[in-house]
Amino acid sequence: MRAAIWHSSGSIERRTGDGELIWDPYHESMDIENRRGLQLRRLRETVARVAVSVPLYSERLRGAGVDPCGLQSIDDLRHVPFTTKDDLRDTYPDGLFAVPSEEVVRIHGSSGTRGKPTLVGYTREDVDLWSDVMARTLGCAGGTSHDVLQIAYGYGLFTGGLGLHYGGERMGCTVVPMSAGNTRRQLTLMKDLGATLLACTPSYALTLAEEAREMGMAAEDLSLRSGLFGAEPWSDGMREQIEAQLGLRAYDIYGLSEVIGPGVSAECTAQSGLHVFDDHFIPEIVDPATGDPMPDGEDGELVFTCVSKRCLPLLRYRTGDISRLDRELCPCGRTHARMTRITGRTDDMLIIRGINVFPSQIEDVLMRVAGVAPHYRIIVSREGHRDALEVEVELAPEMFSDTIRGLESLEAKIVEELRATLSLTAKVRLVEPHTVERSMGKAKRVMDKRQGE
Amino acid sequence: MGEPMFTKQVSVFLENRMGRLAEVCTLLGTSNINLRAFSTADTSEFGILRMIVNDPDRAAAILGKSDYAVQEVDVLAIQVDDRPGNLAKALEVLAVDGINVEYLYAFVTPLEGQAVVILRVADDLKERAVDLLASEGLTLLPPDRVYAI
Repeated sequence: MRAAIWHSSGSIERRTGDGELIWDPYHESMDIENRRGLQLRRLRETVARVAVSVPLYSERLRGAGVDPCGLQSIDDLRHVPFTTKDDLRDTYPDGLFAVPSEEVVRIHGSSGTRGKPTLVGYTREDVDLWSDVMARTLGCAGGTSHDVLQIAYGYGLFTGGLGLHYGGERMGCTVVPMSAGNTRRQLTLMKDLGATLLACTPSYALTLAEEAREMGMAAEDLSLRSGLFGAEPWSDGMREQIEAQLGLRAYDIYGLSEVIGPGVSAECTAQSGLHVFDDHFIPEIVDPATGDPMPDGEDGELVFTCVSKRCLPLLRYRTGDISRLDRELCPCGRTHARMTRITGRTDDMLIIRGINVFPSQIEDVLMRVAGVAPHYRIIVSREGHRDALEVEVELAPEMFSDTIRGLESLEAKIVEELRATLSLTAKVRLVEPHTVERSMGKAKRVMDKRQGE
Repeated sequence: MGEPMFTKQVSVFLENRMGRLAEVCTLLGTSNINLRAFSTADTSEFGILRMIVNDPDRAAAILGKSDYAVQEVDVLAIQVDDRPGNLAKALEVLAVDGINVEYLYAFVTPLEGQAVVILRVADDLKERAVDLLASEGLTLLPPDRVYAI
């Protein structure tokens, strides 16, 4: 019977306990041992192939004493050298591509916020694979072919827009390719077309909610059911706010262009971690400083090995994202390992007076104390020889009490909660609404004035 | 009954920055909102501007649209004879009952010998405060009259 569903096109439907669709039940609900066997077969094939077709890998593997045909188990992966963003930059534009250029059908790239952009390539099979994992992603959020999917991720070199687009078409949704920006028009179409799925960055979802309020539009005027939000770190606080304001369930999706784009992992309706599509992308957690593998359940840097891709099958790619893995089985029926929501970036992590601080921790505190997710800005500076942390918090109308005492006690409560969470004393400053810069794409909420000193 | 008892005050959150107060006044002025009375409370970092205006709902809407954190709160407007001891009497009767006055400010009126005191107590105590003041012969000035002063 297995043979009958031995393909990944997802044409055989299986529903989870809640009645929603698992797009590719064979691979998503596969027995763990069988999946390890599949991973190993694919890993061996990939390592053997890149050892021949990518000069950097032939050199690295030889240097590390790894026999490209000698991998005995998935655990042997730890002997394979890492690939980094710098490797992509050093071989710019296409030095790590493992196929001849005539097989490449698509180029995407990173936003290049830090230095030169990095480019990634896809063969026709890679685009097919991508469409498939994006259909799985939509399935995780409860999507079906009956849905109207509005995509407010940017289209272009950035993978967000087109990734969702191909996934939506693969699933059979009605796709509305809005791209980012033009907020009022987004809302008008969302209402008129009865969009049921929304895909964008979480901060843009808040921008949409804010604009909807200004247009006098209520959540009930929209038909949204699920939102697929990713491409920047966010918190449970933001989730609650987005869900309340847009009247949908907000799901975290994760990916990066170097691995494939969105579609690396996705949260299911259990909203308890993101399923990593590990039949294609094998996840590991390593210590960001030493590179040593870390046990499941511990926070560290996410590393992926792509075992099914043709054009850019990166081995042990260091993502710079902080997360941890959980291999407990999920009630949804998927057997993929789950990763927690990204809690920070190895390079966004602020070290203040020797303490590791992630902006997401501060955001959670603000949500807890204020009851809403206010806009905020973190300012780190040096006073004498001491680091100083200041948090500017926009006073949302809900937070405004008309007495000085009320506002001062709000400030004091934030300071106290920050101290309890971070073990740091921060200065908190309430500021007027709309003084912190708004974002269309990725939020810039940290200002580190210590740099260059 | 059915007539509202409480005067609506418009409160605005302001950072202590040069010119913010002037901006608010200009904004209201150009929208034909008349200020009847106001007071400010501040710390070194921020302040609260509290205003009695001729049309509080419209003033709050205008300020909210211009991205100010603004709130309308119910305050008690009492008319007192401008004689020594009259205000003390009002405060005493509230204090005896354990009702804390959050803040107050006064303004004189064109009416000879009359002053109007604006008084804020916790929202859940405001009805009780009205009864206590009435027992001392101090009556609330109806909102319409306050706005029109």
